[in-house]
Amino acid sequence: MSTDALVESIRKAADNEGLLPLSVYKDIATEFLITYKELEKIALESGFFPLRFQRQRKLLGSACQLRLLSAKVAIVGCGGLGGSIFEMLLRLGVGHLLVIDPDFFCESNLNRQLLATSANLGCYKVDAALERGKLVNPVAEIETLNQVFQSPAGKARLASCDLVFDALDSVSGRFELAQLCARNNLMLIHGAVSGWSGQMAPVPPGSEKMAQIYPKTYPESFPENSGSPPPAAEIEALVDNITPTVNTVAALQVAAGIKYLCDFSLGSGSYLHFGEELPGCFIDLTEPDLERLR
Amino acid sequence: MQVTVKLFAGLRQGRFAAEKFVFDDGITIARIVEKHEISGSEVGILLCNGRHTDFSRKLEDGDIVSIFPKIGGG
Repeated sequence: MSTDALVESIRKAADNEGLLPLSVYKDIATEFLITYKELEKIALESGFFPLRFQRQRKLLGSACQLRLLSAKVAIVGCGGLGGSIFEMLLRLGVGHLLVIDPDFFCESNLNRQLLATSANLGCYKVDAALERGKLVNPVAEIETLNQVFQSPAGKARLASCDLVFDALDSVSGRFELAQLCARNNLMLIHGAVSGWSGQMAPVPPGSEKMAQIYPKTYPESFPENSGSPPPAAEIEALVDNITPTVNTVAALQVAAGIKYLCDFSLGSGSYLHFGEELPGCFIDLTEPDLERLR
Repeated sequence: MQVTVKLFAGLRQGRFAAEKFVFDDGITIARIVEKHEISGSEVGILLCNGRHTDFSRKLEDGDIVSIFPKIGGG
């Protein structure tokens, strides 16, 4: 394959602003025997930009868009947070998404889980993600696993990712995920919701962040707690959750994740450059109130 | 010594959002949590002057303690 010939084909198909419409991908990919993702990579490297990302061209630029296209990102849990995170990463142009969830949709998911519809109740959540992914971003590679992330397949696939999103609904699961990410030197972006409140915190590998978010030790002055492990997810499962909180926390997680994936490739003039530290935050939508966590 | 205690979300119910208290020197966050009849199992993130800390932290004059409820839904 001649790259020059491919770039020439892209040039002919792009408009005078260098924007490449999705409608030309099939013909070019077929002619040069490449995938949509390979085509998009070469287009970006050659100064062209996918038309569907026109409105983020100045904000992200080719370097960041290429970073996102080349990234392999895992979403662990495909419920409220996971569904919204998945949707946002598709629309931002992340090139490879791994979605892990053993569960299927039930009717009470409809109030807040973006991928749940009245038509797919009883279906696996990851199957809905695959279907949605093809429609929203046909260039993205979608990998799904309808097992718990602690399974051998889950652990193996997570190990090859660049970034992991915590969209679980159990505290014990979050600790296990943080340990797994630390072992594989992976950045984890934590998010959790409860009623009108939620929190987001980047958990760098090897940090104590998860233990700070969920303290394991309790004051000895509380006899009911002394010596017992942290309360498990069962308590949390009973807490009400609504879509404004879920979507707000998911958005905070995605913003932090995108910054993590992009900032080392960008100069200080970028909107996304924000130094070494990735702060977290706690939000209360009733006030509304945002408290920074460091 | 004076310490500002800030409570968040559901922990404010029947209590307060932020108040200044005079405590004995060297009081721990655990003791403040207990004084306000907050169950240890309800507590998630703890900050002292905006930085993560834990129940055993001994406070100093002028410290600001932020106590957040434990949140785990997804």
